[in-house]
Amino acid sequence: MSAVKKEKEPLFSAKNRKLLTNPLNIENPITVQVLGICSALAVTAKLKPAFVMALSVIVVATFANVIISILRNGIPPRIRIIVQLVVIASLVILVDQVLKAFVYDVSKQLSVFVGLIITNCIIMGRLEAFAMGNKVWPSLLDGFGNGLGYGAILIIVGFVRELFGSGTVWGYHVIPQPVYELGYMNNGFMILPPMALIIVGVIIWIQRAKNPQLIEQK
Amino acid sequence: MQELFNIFIKSIFVDNMVFAYFLGMCSYLAVSKTVNTSAGLGIAVMFVLGITVPVDYLLNEYVLKAGALTWLSADFADVDLSFLSFILFIAIIASMVQLVEMVIEKFSPALYSSLGIFLPLIAVNCAILGGSLFMQEREYPSLAQATSFGLGSGLGFFLAIVGIAAIREKIRYSNVPGPLRGLGITFIITGLMGIAFMSFLGIKL
Repeated sequence: MSAVKKEKEPLFSAKNRKLLTNPLNIENPITVQVLGICSALAVTAKLKPAFVMALSVIVVATFANVIISILRNGIPPRIRIIVQLVVIASLVILVDQVLKAFVYDVSKQLSVFVGLIITNCIIMGRLEAFAMGNKVWPSLLDGFGNGLGYGAILIIVGFVRELFGSGTVWGYHVIPQPVYELGYMNNGFMILPPMALIIVGVIIWIQRAKNPQLIEQK
Repeated sequence: MQELFNIFIKSIFVDNMVFAYFLGMCSYLAVSKTVNTSAGLGIAVMFVLGITVPVDYLLNEYVLKAGALTWLSADFADVDLSFLSFILFIAIIASMVQLVEMVIEKFSPALYSSLGIFLPLIAVNCAILGGSLFMQEREYPSLAQATSFGLGSGLGFFLAIVGIAAIREKIRYSNVPGPLRGLGITFIITGLMGIAFMSFLGIKL
């Protein structure tokens, strides 16, 4: 009777909110943790595939984190990498089949990069660093937050490249015809792969200029 | 023979894993601080790609493709297992890396100690899985062509990572603006190197 009931942590305590918002800025998976660049940049020439890719990664990261977090006490440490890979690979197969069924054209554009979500270091990295040692709810938030942080960069890069490279956003022309008649031209350079890297470099530059604590020491 | 050589050159320069498809970027950025370690990683990647791509080719040809199982029995003519390819490829890669590691340790301890930690890490390198997936997508007609694609891609990765490591060693002495230091400038240099590699696009093979 006298036992004090343990105060339950609210679902969105300050700590949990941080899990969700930190990856968007100061712990961004791409620009700060340097994870998951492999499958990120090749899909950003247009906004739509970038968006679909971001969505797929959010789904896989969230569910993989939840599943591994549920299983975390039952996985023998020696074979954890294989277990994690199997969980991720099954989720990615599901995502791939769904994409093929509902957005076939985008799935063709993404080609091998959907499969490469398996070896996307963000997902493995978060499983190793977070889900293996935390409860289900924080793991879910962490997976979702990191997926969002990844998606945010993808969408920014996709937006810039599509706007300046093709003069469209989401496939709709936004740069009016009279501007073209004045001599404006789409910058074909933006569509080419190297430009994605340079844009991410510039994003890192802006972000670190705003958050001086991220600047690397010499 | 001519065809094999063409695929080899094409996968080194024109379809370079790093500059054209951004594969293997994570280890490319993380390990490229000095030329020696990056050369070790490059050799390991080349080695593993040269083995896993042909093995996955055989797997794809005789197990996964639509109608690939007909060598077992004619009843399997319309079985298509290609949706299983991700999980099987990654399993093959993980076990091949393990196997290669044990073989090297047994027969060439010197090479083993120089590759060190990089061998196990390769299992989750996107360039390796990417190599197998591209092989599947491009439908190379023969085992030899798939092998030459695997080796060529590995060599392309080797060139890229050694190149960036050399540049990063030099750039340590220059005055990069604070927020760009480290990661930012590496991205931009990689972009510039990618532009340089695009000049190979004009080669008709």
